[in-house]
Formats: sequence, structure tokens, C-alpha cells
Amino acid sequence: MKKDDPQSLSSSKENIVASIMHHHLFMPILGLMVVLLSNLITKPDFFVISMNHGVLYGNLIDVLNRGSELVILAIGMTLVTAASGGQDISVGAVMAVSAAVCCSLLSGGAASTNVLQMPIIVAAIAGIAASGLCGAFNGLLVSKFKIQPMVATLILFTAGRGIAQLFTKGQNVYVRVDTFKIFGNFIPGIPVPTPIMISIVTVIIMAIILKTTTLGLYVQSVGINSNASRLVGLNATRIKFVTYVICGLLAGLAGFISASRIYSADANNIGLYLEMDAILAVALGGNLLSGGKFSFAGSIIGAFTIQGLTTTLYAMNVSADQLPVYKAVVVVIIVVLQSPVVQKQLKRIQMKRKSVKVLEKGGVSA
Amino acid sequence: MSDEIILKMRGIRKVFPGVVALDHVDFTLRRGEIHALMGENGAGKSTLIKVLTGIYELDGGEIFLGNHPKPVIIHSPQEAKDKGISAVYQEISLCPNLTVAENLFIGREPKKHGFIDWKAIHERASAILKSLDIPVESTKPLEECSIAIQQMVAIARAIDMKCQVLILDEPTSSLDDGEVEKLFKLMTQLKQQGVGIVFVTHFLEQVYAICDKITVLRNGELVGEYAVEALPRIQLVAKMMGKDFDDLKKIKNDADLKVKDQHAKPLIEAEGLGRINHIKPFDLCVYSGEVVGFTGLLGSGRSELVRSLYGADKPDCGKLKMHDQVIKFKTPKDAIKKGLAYLPEDRKRDGIIDDLSVRENIIIALQAKRGLFKPMGRKEMEDFADQYIELLQIKTASRETPIKNLSGGNQQKVIIGRWLLTNPEYLILDEPTRGIDIGTKTEIQKLVLKLAKEGMGIAFISSEIDEMLRTCSRMIVMRDHEKVGELTGSTLTEEHIMNTIAGGVKADEKR
Amino acid sequence: MKLLNKRLNTAVSKQKMVSDTTFLILVTVSLFIVMYIAGMIIFHDQGFAKPQMFLNLLISNAGLIVIACGLTLVMITGGIDISVGSVTALVCMTSAYSMEVLGTSAYTSILIALAIGLAFGVVQGYLVSYLNIQPFIVTLAGMFFGRGMTAVISKEMLTIKNATFRSWADFKIYLPFGTVNKSGIYQPAYIYPTVIIALIIVVLIVFMLKKTKFGRSLYAVGGNQQSALMMGLNVKRSKMMAYVLSGLLAGIGGFLFCLNTGAGFVEQARGLEMDAISSSVIGGTLLSGGVGNPIGTLFGVLIKGTIGSLITTQGTLSSWWVRIVLSALLCFFIVLQSVITSRKRQAE
Repeated sequence: MKKDDPQSLSSSKENIVASIMHHHLFMPILGLMVVLLSNLITKPDFFVISMNHGVLYGNLIDVLNRGSELVILAIGMTLVTAASGGQDISVGAVMAVSAAVCCSLLSGGAASTNVLQMPIIVAAIAGIAASGLCGAFNGLLVSKFKIQPMVATLILFTAGRGIAQLFTKGQNVYVRVDTFKIFGNFIPGIPVPTPIMISIVTVIIMAIILKTTTLGLYVQSVGINSNASRLVGLNATRIKFVTYVICGLLAGLAGFISASRIYSADANNIGLYLEMDAILAVALGGNLLSGGKFSFAGSIIGAFTIQGLTTTLYAMNVSADQLPVYKAVVVVIIVVLQSPVVQKQLKRIQMKRKSVKVLEKGGVSA
Repeated sequence: MSDEIILKMRGIRKVFPGVVALDHVDFTLRRGEIHALMGENGAGKSTLIKVLTGIYELDGGEIFLGNHPKPVIIHSPQEAKDKGISAVYQEISLCPNLTVAENLFIGREPKKHGFIDWKAIHERASAILKSLDIPVESTKPLEECSIAIQQMVAIARAIDMKCQVLILDEPTSSLDDGEVEKLFKLMTQLKQQGVGIVFVTHFLEQVYAICDKITVLRNGELVGEYAVEALPRIQLVAKMMGKDFDDLKKIKNDADLKVKDQHAKPLIEAEGLGRINHIKPFDLCVYSGEVVGFTGLLGSGRSELVRSLYGADKPDCGKLKMHDQVIKFKTPKDAIKKGLAYLPEDRKRDGIIDDLSVRENIIIALQAKRGLFKPMGRKEMEDFADQYIELLQIKTASRETPIKNLSGGNQQKVIIGRWLLTNPEYLILDEPTRGIDIGTKTEIQKLVLKLAKEGMGIAFISSEIDEMLRTCSRMIVMRDHEKVGELTGSTLTEEHIMNTIAGGVKADEKR
Repeated sequence: MKLLNKRLNTAVSKQKMVSDTTFLILVTVSLFIVMYIAGMIIFHDQGFAKPQMFLNLLISNAGLIVIACGLTLVMITGGIDISVGSVTALVCMTSAYSMEVLGTSAYTSILIALAIGLAFGVVQGYLVSYLNIQPFIVTLAGMFFGRGMTAVISKEMLTIKNATFRSWADFKIYLPFGTVNKSGIYQPAYIYPTVIIALIIVVLIVFMLKKTKFGRSLYAVGGNQQSALMMGLNVKRSKMMAYVLSGLLAGIGGFLFCLNTGAGFVEQARGLEMDAISSSVIGGTLLSGGVGNPIGTLFGVLIKGTIGSLITTQGTLSSWWVRIVLSALLCFFIVLQSVITSRKRQAE
């Protein structure tokens, strides 16, 4: 565009607006805003944060706190989606496995305990390792045997809770020890809920991994063009496998937090429906469910959007088992908008509008 | 063969964004004629076929069928079939999980009381197979049949649907000699029934064995239509390869550049390297600082040869030496580590990573070589990207533009930049100039010569013989998946190359 | 894995005449026979050898048979439908709710069941075939939607007491054979109408797949979608219809399921989609599409049922072992398929 074009000034302003609007995080943030602000209608004090008994209280804190597991899951789901173009639907069940392993170790196999049978850190690591194993199993099926991700993870989606029950012997294993409860609640003297801190640490660790390794580039490359990636020297099989292991490990961590929240391993309910939320978070974050480029920031925003939606729905007296109805509708809307067929239609409409505009402008100058 | 014309295409034009794929192409097919459609990569053969079968809509020209004075417009493959035009592709369009009989009749099953009459299907299928001499049981699942039989079943389906114009698109490329013979028998039989056959192939022997006429296309334009007897093989090859871009001859002046140092040690040596069904065992020896061309027609095995050097396809016999040491490349990564680089033939499928930026596409190979735990800094990446955007004069809005937004030529430069960045000892370029504008072509050729002068070993593949003559100091000639010749010095002339490609020409000339 | 590959190779090379698909079904049928006979030998004192034991397999799985056969249709086209379990729960709940709370007749509740199944089929089918969205995502959403709607209707468990409904559910059909129990009284074997309905549906689907243009088009679409298109088949419509039928059959199967359980509650039929998919895959349906047969699926369901009875008869193992064993079996068959297809690809 020439400098002396009178339109250049106004269009540079337009460009700034356009570049903001076209930023990959624009839509996710807009979604989050809409969800959070809509709460103001029913609850004018929605954004108020207060201190009670030395800890932070408020709806926002609640969203952040309850959304912690989801953030952690969404990170793993983002990687898996980007690399393999499919989703891991076993994460909820894998959370249950982690919780079951961890709690049954802590209780020494009893249904309830007031005394820790082993250090929490050891049990936690064991639980997370078990989840990593589940992830490795999924990864093996997907990367080595080239089975569709959803089918491969369907196996653990159903068997996972059964496996968890094996560890807990079919009971809800309670660990009634205060030091265990802190991971899902509060550390005495610190006002911020522990899950928030754990999720922040996880995000930071993942950020460091992305910064200090080339995992992000490799994952995107494999997700976009597996053939070309092989020819530039990437091992596509191994990269896909690794993403599933990471996803499993993160699900294990989320399961540990969930167990600590309710200081028990309820194999039937820990992580229930969370796989759906995690997939939603990835999609709401502007990531394509068919793989390729990804954004953790988007997924994290997406996770909070979902959690905000959940909170809103709860506030509207929707019960936990009814939530999936609304989320399913949101998922369908997103995938319909992302579908190539609809995208093409939208583009065609846009093109028409543009050409009409050009025509109008031409008409004026003439 | 009679003189009755069943298909006439006149002045066919087809334009894709940025490329004229076909321009002023004529094609005529007569009843009972087998007509070869010849041309190299990008000549426009497949576009012409797709226009004829209704997959593409044409942008200009007319198609006449039979004696009808009015031109027809073909919108879809289905419509083409209804008008008696059927195509059988190399990738067979049948369902492997169904039986032979069902593949013949699906979509048009005979019925009895409203339900499929299996008895009639099998009876009619057996009758068709018998009449065309296709040796297969109608009840056999298609996936258990050989490719040749599958091919013939596809032809049988077309014939049974009353097709007048049968297009065979490279039907023989995965068949062995015996199977080809069977297919030819079938073709001859159809010819006697009055079917007109358009035969696309890159095997010259086959053209001369069975065809009546040859139409040659080059760069989307018609070169001419010839009777087979009137066109010796060497001339056919010359017409296909053409002599374009004569104005570029001027860069050939550095003749001394091409003479390699006789005393140098070989960079890479291959002994009996081969891969079943892809490339027959070959010996090869290449030096640093020389450009070696690999020529031969499309499908002759030139790409397969270089791929086996690079480890993109694992060779299953022979050995490879580099700097006198035996090496084995299990994956491309091994090859990259040893200093090889490979620019693949199919840029879209194997080259670009389309959603990633120019910067990421440039650095990815070097990054893969360095490994997972040694990421480049942002600054380093940007410097590398800028350096190669500058060096190769890549036209891009910025280094962060997704590579898919670039033109083909600039995408290719990015891929070249990607490999130069790894500082390879041996650079393999498989059709680096395909589908690229003339200006960029010249730039790439100059670059190749410059790199060789600096001591890099280069393998160069192109469908254009002139381009290779300009850049290569030695040429390996391929035919039918086999290395058939190696030309240097005084033997490195157009005529010699074409002779070797055509094969058995000397006998023709004597006659 | 290499061992498995080797064994496969020998198995196939030994019997070149037996195609891979027949091979898979043979594995299934023999697996069922072996399991059942093993059960008869080990648990002969607990009534495993009685014919009624076998009939009970059919009785308790009548709904699943219908649902799994519907799913088989979708899987033949290369798709998948994981909403069937939720559809079943929703059908049971609406039936219970309409009869018990709204007081409608049992006949009306049948219509409602069919309508629900059809609605799921139409919407999911449209999204998958006309908008080209991954079937897994679409039906996952359907699965959550159905389960959530069940909770929206009622969170309480509703037991059906409707007289007509009960008379259907309790209508025993006695068969002309039976056994003598410990006290020496002759007990004729019996089945419920649900079994007959399920078997009729299996036969109808077999007939449809074999004898109608639509049936064959499903195989063609699953075998090679591009080819099917080139051969002039209406690929989108065929795919859509497969989902519609699957939805409809899930509605019917759901109602049969309801006749068996006589109640509706939120947690009902959880994991039923997994049972249906495993049954279909174990019965020889290829996940990649193009191959599948309701008869195989029937045997798949019987295997699933047998695992269940073996584990309950054994007594000490907990019930979640059923699902774990089933998943393991599914995993085995999936890997088996993967090996077979990759071998095929290599051969080419």
C-alpha cells in the first residue's frame, strides 16, 4: 500500500483492531468474558473476593480452584490432540486409577485409615506412575498399532474404573489424615487454595519444558504433516507416544488432587465427565480437534471458561448429572463451526460481503 | 481401427490459480483405436483426463462425442459414464472388501421381487469374465486378487456399462511382464469390439507394442499427434522432454566447474543397493563437488534410487559406504546426522509443513538433527530464517507467515534453505524446479552450481533434459527401475541421453 | 508381538482359502464354544450345563443384541456410535416417566422410545455424513447429552408398575424341553418375547445387508469411500442412513432393555456402548470398516454374556472383572485387526 494513500491511516487503525481480532486467543478470551460476565446478572457480587478465616473466598477463587484439575488435564489433552489429531477419552478413568493407587497405598489396603501407612510423596508418585503406565498403553496402541486415538483410549475409558476398583477392593478408601487433605484444600497459613498453586506450578513446568526442549515444534510438525516430519528426521511414532505418556501423567496428578479434596478414592466418581470438559477446553481454546498447531494458553483459558460455565449452571440450579446436556450442546456447536464444510460456507459468505463492499466503494468513487 | 471418430476435443483450456494447466490442446480418438497419451511431469495428461471424465470443468474448448455436431458438457464422473466415457486409474476405484461379481454390479444390481438377485449377479458376472477371458472366479473377494486382475475387473465393469471411450491411466505400473501381456490381450480384444482406448503410460516399449497413435503433451500444450510407425522412440523422447528455456544457456559458461578432480576420494559408494519392487540393485559412486543427474522417464525409478540412498525407504540388499566407512540408514534421521539432505519430489505431501511459519520450516531439519533437548534460541532461529530468506531471496510477507501462504517456487526455496542450514555434505534434489516459474528455476540452477563449486555433493533430478545438461557433470540413466547407464564427458549429450533412455534404439535406427 | 505375527502368518498361509474375515469370525465362534464348554465343565454343579443357562444369556442380553447389531451397521461404514448406552438409559427413563408419572399407555412409551432413537440417529448422522465431523466427537457429545437428559427427567429411580408393560415383561414362553430340578420337579425351559424380537431383528438385518442395495452400499462405503463415490453410490446418504438405523435400533434395544430391568435411572446401562462395540469387534467387525456381520456380533454378545455368567458363577471375583476382561478381549481383537491390516498393506 502506498504511503500517500489517504486510506492508509484509517486502515492502519483497522489493522490493529483486525490483528487483535485475529489473534488466536481473541475468541477464547471473549468466550471466557461472556461466561464470567453473564454471572453478574444473577449475582452482582460475582467478582468480589474476600478473606475469611485467613483464606480467600469468592466465586472467582472457586472457579480457579475447582478448575485446577481441568487445567492440568487440558494441557495433556492439548498435546495429544495436536500430535495425533484425536483425543484421549480415558483421562477421567485414569484419574480414578491414580487416586485408587495412591489412597489404597496410604491406607495400607484398609477401607479407612487415620494413620498414613507410607509417605504421601511415595504414594502420590506411585499413583501418578500408574497413570503414566495407562498413558503409555494408550500411546502404544495409537502410535505403534496405528489405532484411532478415540478407539484406543475407549478401552481404558471403560476398563479404567474397573482397574481402580481392583485397587480399592470396591470400597471408597478414606484417608482421614490432615496432611493428605492439604493438597486438595489449604496449606495452613496460606490463603490460596493448594490446587491453584499446583496447577500454576504444572503450567510453569510445562512452559519450561516447551522453552527448554523442542517438544512443541515437534508435536506440531508431526500433527500437521507426519510424512514430511519423518523426512526431516523426526520420529513421529515416538513423539506421539510421548504425548500420551505426558497426558497420562498429568491425569494422574489431577486424580491425586481430586482424591485429596475428598480425602478418599471414589473410583466411580473421581474425574467423572472430566474427559468431556478437557476436550471442550481444548476446542474452546481455539485448537483444532483435528490436530496441528496448538496453544496451551488457549486451552487454559478454555478450561476456565468451562469451569465458569459449570459454576454458572450450578448457580442456575442445574445438578451435576444434568451438566453434560449443556456441555454436549456447546461441543456440537464448536465442532460444527470448526468443520471444513461450514468453514467453507462461512468463507463464501465473507467473500460475497467483501465483494459487495468493493462494489459499493467503486460505485461511490465513480 | 476405423476412421469413425468417437471423441474429439478441441482447444481445451484449463486454468488453476497461477498456472495454466492446459492450453489449446486437441485430442481425437477413433473407434477401435488404442491411443497413447504421453508427456512428462506437469505435461497435463492427468488434467486432460480429469476434464474428460468430468472431475474438472474446462475453462475453454469443446468436447464432441461421436457424430453429434453439438459439443457436450460433462459435469461429473457419473455423467461421463452415462455418456460412455470410463476411466480406470492406477489406484483402482473398486471396493477391496467385496467380491469380484459385486464389484462388477454394485450400484446397478439385478433384482428379483425388489431384492438383489445374487444368482443373476454371479451368472452375469461369470459370463462377462468369460467373454473377456479374465481368469478369476466371480465369488472371490477382490482384495485376494492380483493387481492385474483387479485392473481387469475395473475394465470389465466399464465395458459392461457400455463404455465407448475407455481411459487407462498408468494401468501397468505395478504389473509384471506376464500380467502386462494379459492386460494387452484384453485391450486388443476390446479394440476389436470397437472400443476406443486412451492409454497413459510411461513405458515406451508398451506404447510401441500396442498403440496405434500417440499424442504428446508438454507443459500443458499439445506437441502433436503421430502415428506410431512415424515416430521413432528417440524422437518421442525428444518431444516429451523438449528443449525449453534456451535463453538460460548462458549460465553454462563455467564449463571447467564440471570437471571433477580425478584423484578425489569418493563421498558415497553404493554396492548392489536395491529394494524389491522399487529399484533393482545398483552400484554408484559419487564425489564431493560434483552434480550428478539422475534421469529417466517418470516412474523409471530415479526417485526410488535417491530415496534408498537417504534411508527414506529402507533398502533390502546391498551396502552403502560413506568416506570409506560402511553405514546403514535406518531412518532419515541417521542420514541427516551423517550429512545427507533430501528435498522430496512431492513438495506438498512430503516437504512443507503447511501450518508452520517460514521460520519454523527453515529451522526444523537442523533442530531435528540437534535433538529434543537442544532447542535453538528465538534469536538464533530468526537469524537463520532471515539469513536464508535473504540468501535465497524468498518472497514472503514475513518470516512468521505460514508457509502455505507462499507461492510454490518460494515454498521450494524454503525447503532448500531448510537443508542448506544443516550444512550437508550431500544434497539430494528431487525435481526441485517442478511447477516453479522460470525465474526461480534459473536461480535454483545457479545455486546448485555454486554449492557444488563450494564442495558439496549434489544429486539432481529433473524431467527437463536441458536443465540437467546445464547443471550436471555426470548423469545416471534409469529405465524400468534399473540403472542402465552412466554418461560423462563427451558422451554427455542430449542424443546420447535420449538414446539410453529410449533403450534398444540402435536397432531401430539400423532398420 | 512377533510371535503373534508369525502365528498369524502360518494360520493364513496354511488355509489360503480362508479369508481374513472368515478367520476372525471363526476365532469368535470357537472362542465362544470353548468358553461355554469350559464353563459347563467347571461349573456343572451350578447349573451351567442346563439349557436354561444358555437361554438366560439371550434373555439378559436381548437389548444388547439389537443395539450391537445397529452399531455394527455404523461400523461397517467405517464409523462409530458411542451414544447407544446413553440412548438406552434415556429410553428407559422416558418410558418409566411417561408410564409412571404422566400415566401414558405402554404403547405410547414404545413410540416415544422409537422417536428418541430416531432423533439421535438423524442428528448424529447429519453431523457425521453431511458436515464431515469425526463420528467419535459427535457421538461422544450425543452420549453426554443422553445421559444428562436422563438426569434432567428424573434423578430418582423410577420403577415401572404399568400393568400392560408388566404383562409384556413377565410373559414367559415355555419351550418343549427342560430339566428336572433337585426336588424332582420338571421345569420347562423358557424365554421372554424380547428374545424373539431380538432374533427377528438380527435376521432382518442379515437379510437387509445381503439382499438390498442399501445393505451392499454400506459395505462399499466402508471398503473404500472414494471408490464407492466413483461407482455412483450416494455415499453421504448411505452413511446417514446407517446412523439413523443405529439410532432407531438403539431405541428398540433400549426398550427391550427396559422390559428386562423394569426401571429407569440415571446410572442405567453405563458402559453399554463399550459392551456393544466390543461385541461387534469381537464378532469380526473391522474398526476400519467394510467388514462385519450381525451373526458375528450375536456371538460377540454371547461371549460377553458368558464372561459375565462365568464371573458371577465363580462368586469370589468382583463384577468389574467382567468389564476388565471384556476390555482386554477388545484390546486383543483390535491389535489382531491392526496386525492383519498392516500385513495387508505390506503385501501391497
